[in-house]
Amino acid sequence: MAYSEKVLDHFKNPKNVGTLDKSKKNVGTGLVGAPECGDVMRLQIEVDETTNTIVDAKFKTFGCGSAIASSSLATEWLKGKTIDEALAIDNMEIVEELALPPVKIHCSVLAEDAIKSAIADYKQKNEEVSAS
Amino acid sequence: MSKKLIYLDNNSTTPTDPRAVEAMLPYFYEIPGNAASRNHPFGWKAEEAVEYAREQIADLINVDPKEIIFTSGATESDNLAIKGVFEMYSSKGNHIITAKTEHKAVLDACKKIEKAGGEVTYLDVQPDGLINLQDLENAITDKTILVSVMWANNETGVIQPMKEIGNICNKHGVLLMSDATQAVGKIPVDPKAAGVHLLAFTSHKMYGPKGVGALFVNRKNPRVKVTAQMDGGGHERGMRSGTLNVPGIVGFGKAAAIAKSEMNSDAERLSKLRDKLEQAFMNNLEEVYINGNTDHRMPHVTNISFKHVEGEGLMMTFNQNIAVSSGSACTSASLEPSYVLVALGLGDDLAHSSIRFSLGRFTTDEDIEEAIKLVTDGVNHMRNLSPIWEMYKEGIDLSTVEWAEH
Repeated sequence: MAYSEKVLDHFKNPKNVGTLDKSKKNVGTGLVGAPECGDVMRLQIEVDETTNTIVDAKFKTFGCGSAIASSSLATEWLKGKTIDEALAIDNMEIVEELALPPVKIHCSVLAEDAIKSAIADYKQKNEEVSAS
Repeated sequence: MSKKLIYLDNNSTTPTDPRAVEAMLPYFYEIPGNAASRNHPFGWKAEEAVEYAREQIADLINVDPKEIIFTSGATESDNLAIKGVFEMYSSKGNHIITAKTEHKAVLDACKKIEKAGGEVTYLDVQPDGLINLQDLENAITDKTILVSVMWANNETGVIQPMKEIGNICNKHGVLLMSDATQAVGKIPVDPKAAGVHLLAFTSHKMYGPKGVGALFVNRKNPRVKVTAQMDGGGHERGMRSGTLNVPGIVGFGKAAAIAKSEMNSDAERLSKLRDKLEQAFMNNLEEVYINGNTDHRMPHVTNISFKHVEGEGLMMTFNQNIAVSSGSACTSASLEPSYVLVALGLGDDLAHSSIRFSLGRFTTDEDIEEAIKLVTDGVNHMRNLSPIWEMYKEGIDLSTVEWAEH
């Protein structure tokens, strides 16, 4: 199967690969997928708590080219967005941007799940802090 | 990049040897006859060429030329053998035994038989890919008419103990069929010596052209017959109707003759290159696993799992330069990895991390050097991207992680 130019570009030069310090209160981590399924995505966001804006995003992904491209694109899109804007990202936007074929749509779903999971982790951490 | 594309996917198909191509060429235009035309020289010449090729092919596997039935390829040969025996021997029984690691052409033909009222036992294999002979013997009942076990596996290269399997079948008076697609022309295959009654194989895995295959059908002690699966002119002793692919058969015959004289030297050279490839990965990288029995294996094949790296993604790092296959089929909604590797008991994670390298007659030492370099770089690139590699390096036991399966 031939990959789109955009997938190939993200695959060869992935943006924002890396790890944020998950012990920090303003870092949210989402880990979705499973090795048995052939896809694991870890997506992390660092949030400026005063403006509720994502200032940094990093990922690491175990998976095929489309999974890597989807998570790379997601980190690019997340930077500069508020939490509410980030929650509004829909997997079909990723599908369109990367021209993913139907058999690869699950990669975009996983990326959306990773975004939501990272935000949920961030929110949970900060609720705990404010509650205590 | 203007680099030469390195082909290490010879188990999918082999390039046609230029000597086979050369042998075929006159049979397209200069000698265009139908081998079944009995009343003019065009037909006689075509028939002569087909019969010569039949001898070359029979000679390669040490059988009588009359025992070779030409088909369109191994898939057709597998179907003809299994369905043909099921129909021909229905008065004797309806039970067939095969193994879970067989090619889809065998497994799906067996599924069709189940729908037609037959019973099929799919044997598990051991972790090294070999079938358990005791399991096989235990599975035989008085209804069993056929055992179908592949000579060598397409994904792992593991070679089954055909002689021992033949002894068991002989003891119980059951026919034995073998899909020898990956073995014929690459290692010595002698169905009669092994007690195999039907043997399916194809031209394009042994440096012949695509679109032509053969089924060996034992003619004496016992005389085996299969019910034709295609109705027509009654070619090939009534077992396979259809005008013979004369140029293809001529190329197949030439490929068989070349294989007979060169197979041993090819095997010796390729096993050294294969071992070099494996050894380099073991030396250069951590967490590298070779799948399947390494003592009973085709000389030119290795199936390797690079743990914590997904196979399809890994292939993308080098597929502009090297052609291989992966056991990870990340193209379906189910994301199911290779059923062959799963049958060996590999976890799905290792199955998703597997790459099959299959070398061939035209693989060079430089190809292997380049493959070692590019694949090692690719694995390192993908591991830098892999969250589970990072977790593994941090000492986290991945089996204790609660994965959000999707």
